Amino acid sequence: MADRAGNDIERLIDLMAKLPGLGPRSARRAVLQMIKKRQLLLNPIQQAMANVSATVRECTICGNVGTTDPCNLCQSPDRQTGQICVVADVVDVWAMERSGVFKGRYHVLGGLLSALDNIGPEELRIPRLVQRVADEQITEVILALNATIDGQTTAHYIADQLERSDVTISSLAQGVPIGGELDYLDDGTISAAMKARKSF
Amino acid sequence: MDWRDEGVLLSVRKHGEGSAILEILTEHHGRHAGVVRGGGSRRMAPILQPGAQLSVEWRARLEDHIGSFTIDPVKSRAAAIMSDRAALAAMGAVAALLTVGLAEREAHRALYQRTIDLLDSLGETPDWPSRYALWELALLTDVGYGLDFSECAATGATQDLIYVSPKSGRAVSRDGGADWADRLLPLPRFLRLDSAEEDMAEVRAALQTTGHFLENWFMPTLGKQVPAARVRLVSALGKQS
Repeated sequence: MADRAGNDIERLIDLMAKLPGLGPRSARRAVLQMIKKRQLLLNPIQQAMANVSATVRECTICGNVGTTDPCNLCQSPDRQTGQICVVADVVDVWAMERSGVFKGRYHVLGGLLSALDNIGPEELRIPRLVQRVADEQITEVILALNATIDGQTTAHYIADQLERSDVTISSLAQGVPIGGELDYLDDGTISAAMKARKSF
Repeated sequence: MDWRDEGVLLSVRKHGEGSAILEILTEHHGRHAGVVRGGGSRRMAPILQPGAQLSVEWRARLEDHIGSFTIDPVKSRAAAIMSDRAALAAMGAVAALLTVGLAEREAHRALYQRTIDLLDSLGETPDWPSRYALWELALLTDVGYGLDFSECAATGATQDLIYVSPKSGRAVSRDGGADWADRLLPLPRFLRLDSAEEDMAEVRAALQTTGHFLENWFMPTLGKQVPAARVRLVSALGKQS
């Protein structure tokens, strides 16, 4: 019996160690902490995970994850602003929502185009985006994609796909981050910031 | 085992939580892979964009191990081309063709130099699309599918060579190809002279020719298709005048 309990704990540690940011050692510490605080941590976590597992689903409209389909963001009438913010992943929706600066709706692509990883337009939700732009009276598509080769390649591809639709296509600015010191910036960021300079 | 070299970053793949496996086209060691500790971090992301020029030191216990790179950035090229869809596609096409097309650890010094010259010209000089077409020609030559523009395959003439035979890859003169011109590929003058050209119609014709041999000669031997980035490049250049 004691052996079985030990195996279960080891299995939990092994599973926790697969999470990003956790290695075997930190997973072991996390599990030990949960065991020590069974009422405060272990049981509520177990309950919360069971709930999420039972209810989580991908929104068929935007690709965000939530407990309803359509998700809360797509259901909200306040967000029917005619703007769609296109992001690569759900984590980007969360980042944008943390900032509280965008009040429209989102479209999660589910990745970026990558020739080397064989990710083409069919693997992403680009056709669905084109359809949404046509169906939802969209006036502006904001491309909030990574400032990387793959991110910008994807942005240009989407712009091409939306060329015939009557929408404004914009993208996030690139340059010096808040709190950034020039001395610590890479030359590419400085170059992009110089190109995107504005009157002061 | 260790060596120092300089090269162009072709691809980055995450390896574990914080590391990355880089593929770099180096001058003296060809296309070479290695692990960079911390290469998957956000701090390294701006440096590790495809096309970046890096000074690298490679170390491994045995030569056939993947080994690890210590890198030092020399030049970033990504920021300069991010707003130019054709240049961005060209960068992607160069990286993809070199990654799938070149054998590992086999030096291609002439092609390396051409690659550097091309990447430095992307978005900077107006004739870069023609330099890209010339680069594809050089790539085909380096991997054993060189085209022969020295004389007409039909008549032996060395003047007025305006076609390429899609079967032999040899030049054909205007007179020699008169009867089956519709089945021959175009041979733009700049492709034959290995000189840059700004006329986009000529560049498109050159890409049609090199594209034929990439698609029908080179890629089938690798069991691959022409990279999507090249298709996007041709599409983007098709919209330019």
